[in-house]
Amino acid sequence: MTPSYPRGSLTLQPSLARNRWNQLLTVIAGLFTALAVLPLIVVIAYVLIKGGSLLNLQLLSSLPPPPGLDGGGIGNAIVGTLIVTLIAALIAVPVGVGAGVYLAEFAAAGWFARFVRFGTNVLAGVPSIICGVFVYGLIVSTRVFFGQSYSAMAGGIALAVLMLPTVIKTTDEALKLVPQELRWGAMGIGASHFITISRVTLPAAFSSIATGVVLAIARAAGETAPLIFTALFSPFWPEGLFNPIASMSVLIYNFAIMPYEAQIALAWASSFVLVVMILLANLLARWLGRLSST
Amino acid sequence: MPATATNTCLALENVSISYSGQLAVSGVFMEIPRGKVTAFIGPSGCGKSTVLRALNRMNDLIEGCSLSGRVIFDGQDLYERQVDPVEVRRRIGMVFQKPNPFPKSIYDNIAFGARINGFRGDMDELVERSLRKAALWDETKDKLKESGYALSGGQQQRLCIARAIAIEPEVILMDEPCSALDPISTLKIEEMMHELKKSYTIVIVTHNMQQAVRVSDLTGFFNVSAQPGSDRKVGALVEFAETGMIFNSPKQQATLDYVSGRFG
Repeated sequence: MTPSYPRGSLTLQPSLARNRWNQLLTVIAGLFTALAVLPLIVVIAYVLIKGGSLLNLQLLSSLPPPPGLDGGGIGNAIVGTLIVTLIAALIAVPVGVGAGVYLAEFAAAGWFARFVRFGTNVLAGVPSIICGVFVYGLIVSTRVFFGQSYSAMAGGIALAVLMLPTVIKTTDEALKLVPQELRWGAMGIGASHFITISRVTLPAAFSSIATGVVLAIARAAGETAPLIFTALFSPFWPEGLFNPIASMSVLIYNFAIMPYEAQIALAWASSFVLVVMILLANLLARWLGRLSST
Repeated sequence: MPATATNTCLALENVSISYSGQLAVSGVFMEIPRGKVTAFIGPSGCGKSTVLRALNRMNDLIEGCSLSGRVIFDGQDLYERQVDPVEVRRRIGMVFQKPNPFPKSIYDNIAFGARINGFRGDMDELVERSLRKAALWDETKDKLKESGYALSGGQQQRLCIARAIAIEPEVILMDEPCSALDPISTLKIEEMMHELKKSYTIVIVTHNMQQAVRVSDLTGFFNVSAQPGSDRKVGALVEFAETGMIFNSPKQQATLDYVSGRFG
């Protein structure tokens, strides 16, 4: 019987059309991949070169100088970013994890859960500046906190709104990945719903939830737009939770466009510190994620 | 007869179970005696696991599952409104098809259930006693602090049995406990069951008919049958008798066909 197809040699022939197409497309795909990661590498390298050289103890520990003077640092902005992010985390983590637990454990398929999941996705897509304007209208312009307008608390709440969808979604997804048999096992020896969730399911999903929370915090820490409307800025050390507070992102926004060398240098230094903090948070998230696999 | 009534541990009266309105098992009447091993056999989809899960309200955890009829345990219908399903599961423990130890140490796997049930006493002693009953003590006594996941599949399943025993239930339900295990582990679990039935009532679902013969005192044969006028198949209890009767001289032709391998 003669074969219906031509039989070629088994040795690889690079000159064949299919092999040349393979080569060409592999090169093109590689090129585009390189283009895609190029911005990341260039941004980090540029910030490292421009800002890294300014790093010293004075930078981390002193206040920015008045316009026209040299020296100074971004100590108040670093503390401010940490405070505002901490407030945001204290609000968003309990609310977000609670909502995620409700979605995954109690309301698996009801219309309310579907509505909340859809709403979470929409909230995740809301531009951050709109979160800022929303909190401005709700808290800052109404002066609900002891007659204060701009405050660290308002900034923290705006960032919490931004963090919420990430925390809810990662909790929901992480709990859905916990094997059903584990819940049955706990129920089968007489554990109540509360004990099953708090002692078995949540610990089993802990590292994925922690990863999501750390990533949400890292994202919020770098936000500028919501803070401009809420926490504003302050050239002084933090004066309390209900007063305006400095933050690194707003410092960059304010100082980078000033006509003074010292301020522009501080903006670069601040970019460097912020990028390093976000990188560290991502590394922490990876490490937490690794915990679950071991 | 009063004599049999006192020896009945669980009684099913006209139990029908459906998933999302689709009937899965219908009209089961059964009296499961205390202190014996009762096996459920039958082809896949005949509802034997569904009936087993109905005995400690595990079906509550499956969405859309509903039950009609009565399951009487300790003089109480388990499906009455005022019954607390958590308390039911404390007295009727369960071992699942796939070993499902908690991601905790071997010690804590057993201590967890005891703690949440308010155990007051010597925890070390309870852990040792439970592991001994599950024939796992000799293999694990030197590594109680290691993760339950570090054990082999057969050891994990015995750990799950030890975990169930530790809360001292009156009944232990086992849903194909050996289907994921090798023959040697299976043998160990079967030997253990002979020990356990001295103090517990055991109900086991199995696909392995030799296993039913080896371990059980009574056997219930479930079968599926097409409902008239529809394609759907519904499970039902065909015959329930002493194991020797079911395998040697069954009354129903369907049982004979199944146990002698001439099924379908």
